[in-house]
Amino acid sequence: MADFTSSLYNMRLMDELACKDTFVHKLHPLIKILTTIAYLFVVVSYDRHEIIGLLPMLFYPVVVFFLAELPIKQVLARLLLIEPFIIAIGILNPFFDSQVIIVGGFAISRGWITFASILLKSLFTITAALILICTTGMDKLAAGLRMLKVPRLFVLQLLLTYRYISVLIEEVSRSIRAYKLRAPQQKGIHPSVWGTLVGQLLLRTIDRAERVYQAMFVRGFTGEYYTGADTWVTLRDVAYFGGWLSFFILARMVNIPLMIGLLISGVIS
Amino acid sequence: MHMADALISPVIGGTMWVATAGVAAYSIKKIQDDLEEKKVPLMGVMGAFVFASQMINFSIPGTGSSGHLGGGLILAAMLGPYAGFLAMASILLIQALFFGDGGLLAYGCNVFNLGFYTCFITYPLIYERFVKKGISAKRIMAGSMIAAIVGLQLGAFSVVLETFFSGKTELPFSTFVLMMQPIHLAIGIVEGLVTAAVLTFVWKARPELIEKQISGKISGNASIKRIIYGLAIAAVVIGGGLSWFASSNPDGLEWSMEKTAGTAELADSGGIYGILADIQSKTAFLPDYSFKNDGSVSEEQVSETSAEVAWPAVDAGTTVSGLLGGAMTLVLAVMIGFFIRYVKRRKKKVTA
Amino acid sequence: MSHHKLETKTINYVYPDGNKAVKDISFTIHHGESVGIVGANGAGKSTLLMLLMGVLFPSSGEVLVGDIHVTKKTLPLIRQRLGMVFQDPDDQLFMSTVYDDVAFGPRNYRYDEKEVESRVFQALEMVGILHLKDRPPFKLSGGEKRAAAIASVLSMQPDVLIMDEPTASLDPRSRRRVINLLNCFEHTKIITSHDLDMILDISRRVIVIKDGEIAADGESAEILADAELLDQCGLEVPISLQRCPKCGERFLTGRS
Repeated sequence: MADFTSSLYNMRLMDELACKDTFVHKLHPLIKILTTIAYLFVVVSYDRHEIIGLLPMLFYPVVVFFLAELPIKQVLARLLLIEPFIIAIGILNPFFDSQVIIVGGFAISRGWITFASILLKSLFTITAALILICTTGMDKLAAGLRMLKVPRLFVLQLLLTYRYISVLIEEVSRSIRAYKLRAPQQKGIHPSVWGTLVGQLLLRTIDRAERVYQAMFVRGFTGEYYTGADTWVTLRDVAYFGGWLSFFILARMVNIPLMIGLLISGVIS
Repeated sequence: MHMADALISPVIGGTMWVATAGVAAYSIKKIQDDLEEKKVPLMGVMGAFVFASQMINFSIPGTGSSGHLGGGLILAAMLGPYAGFLAMASILLIQALFFGDGGLLAYGCNVFNLGFYTCFITYPLIYERFVKKGISAKRIMAGSMIAAIVGLQLGAFSVVLETFFSGKTELPFSTFVLMMQPIHLAIGIVEGLVTAAVLTFVWKARPELIEKQISGKISGNASIKRIIYGLAIAAVVIGGGLSWFASSNPDGLEWSMEKTAGTAELADSGGIYGILADIQSKTAFLPDYSFKNDGSVSEEQVSETSAEVAWPAVDAGTTVSGLLGGAMTLVLAVMIGFFIRYVKRRKKKVTA
Repeated sequence: MSHHKLETKTINYVYPDGNKAVKDISFTIHHGESVGIVGANGAGKSTLLMLLMGVLFPSSGEVLVGDIHVTKKTLPLIRQRLGMVFQDPDDQLFMSTVYDDVAFGPRNYRYDEKEVESRVFQALEMVGILHLKDRPPFKLSGGEKRAAAIASVLSMQPDVLIMDEPTASLDPRSRRRVINLLNCFEHTKIITSHDLDMILDISRRVIVIKDGEIAADGESAEILADAELLDQCGLEVPISLQRCPKCGERFLTGRS
């Protein structure tokens, strides 16, 4: 349960990264959302045995990472925590598809190809989501969602959840810490306190929600969520999206690495 | 149990997104119609609470392991199905964006698996059925246990279906099911116990919080629930149907596979390659799961499809080129990255 | 200046669980007055504030703001006159940036963005945190949060400021800042607090609540020096009055 502090730290880090002032950060959130969706869509559409053709998709995260000056180590550390589940599912593939194929002179089970494909795809897709939030931030993302016509009620509720996560995490971790100081041998919390510990937190949460509601109420909240004016999408934003989209489609339709390889081997031979 | 983007296909992802969006839109409308906007801060703060609680280790004595809370049932019990569903959706979105826990294309799947079944199926049909006759610790326990277990089984099975129909892994259906269901049975038991403990405590401390959710929620919602179920079933049928269609046209697939594999000399004419690559990409957009791993397809088909899987890298002549090109691509990508950084650093030095 | 008067006429409030929190309370607060409301925990101070704001409605009696009776219908009008700052700033700062929190009120009243912006800037300047406008609340210190919470109410340009424990859990410097701030506001101020020294500093008039009823209503300098009265109400003389200003000797009872 050291999860608490590291999760909090993680979210704050992302928040801070989102405040940077690079080209990518200044792009319109709607564009970044659409680009991310296009990227994910294309990556996910690759066949399960495709690896070489999938590689060019690496360009997107690499370029954005460096353009947005994101710290590679910290952001990708996240990936290591998520991979276990994917690895668990992926690692079974070699056992279930023992079709042998020849790759570069070596005979391996095709299942390994599938496994590698899954790993690559997960690297790409998770990174894409992380760079979206690291270059946009929750606030601007919410504005982007509103422009996509996501109902305001949901957006407001999403923002509130986000806002209070740090408060709640601190509250919960305080409770757990107090518990652990009196039950040092235990790894987690004992069933005898499941109800009372979590229940108390729940009740305090409800009381807090009531107070937040009152605070909103006395400032005129009636259910509608009004925000400032939306910013316009510029030509530069459209060019960014158009450029990446063209690249994604090109990479999907043409096996770029293969062409490069043939070019090189053609040149050599 | 969060699904990653790497495991799904665009069709499945898209279908579940549509289903989830439909249910969410309906929930929002319901909340607005019932003038329950007061719930918004409650939804937000409860969402944050469940998010934080998911990190708590509930130790199971005697086993040395621990369980965690999903929270769908507690959200539904405290907020009602509609608000609970939306709160769950927020939690999952934040997890997907900030922690990479669950993909963005798979978001629709995740919200459905973790939110729909608990809030709209097990909560009203199981939990409420137990407590509507009168609340007691026993009833809460029984209702929570069964609702949690069933909810998680449904969710886990959904994961299996979604992964299977996406065709991005070789995992046979039966093996996957045998893996997922028992694990989630155990998770469901823990969830049920924790939920029961918490709800019982809340009921004893502030009974009105529990009671006001139950009254008037069951009757009158039957027809609405039917609409939701209809939506969900339609989504699954459409998604499944499309997948079926794709694989039941092996002729089309085989033909294009043959054609592409047959063109070993790809450097020839860009024109033909372009068209064929076109066909290849189109067919690859549809999931290509097949039953061949279940052994229910003829030998012939197996050897045929495996002989010329539609990418040139398998062919002897192009394998080396493929690997070479792949390596070059990686090198190029890294170089571009460093180049960008170099340019930026230089710019900073100039302006500094 | 009747439109700036705040009046309660024998208001009573009973909680759903039967607790009689407010019993027959009547008082009038005039424009520009600064009133402190003090009492032991559970005396009914917070309930009283909520009745003034229209968050709760009295079981009997009425609350009048200006000459308007506070009811569900008149709430929008009332809200523009009264601004309430809650005890825990975290409950009050629920948006992702300080700017959005301070803009929340004006936006709900559908002012156009230019007007909203000028109000926000003005409010932030008044409390001295304009430089923090784009910060998320969790990055603020206790004093900064408190200032932001006050600003979020000021942006609605109320006539009356109602504050619940404004100096609670603040470090001495932040506390001093808040006191100085409140001292330069021209608004009518109604402040509950356990910080009796602050009340002495800010409010000329003080109302002491005991068990839901008014135990005293008058000059703070007088009432807060009355050790016996305060003791009966579960309070104590402010620390600054506990020692003789000349010789530093502690008073035992009353004043010297």
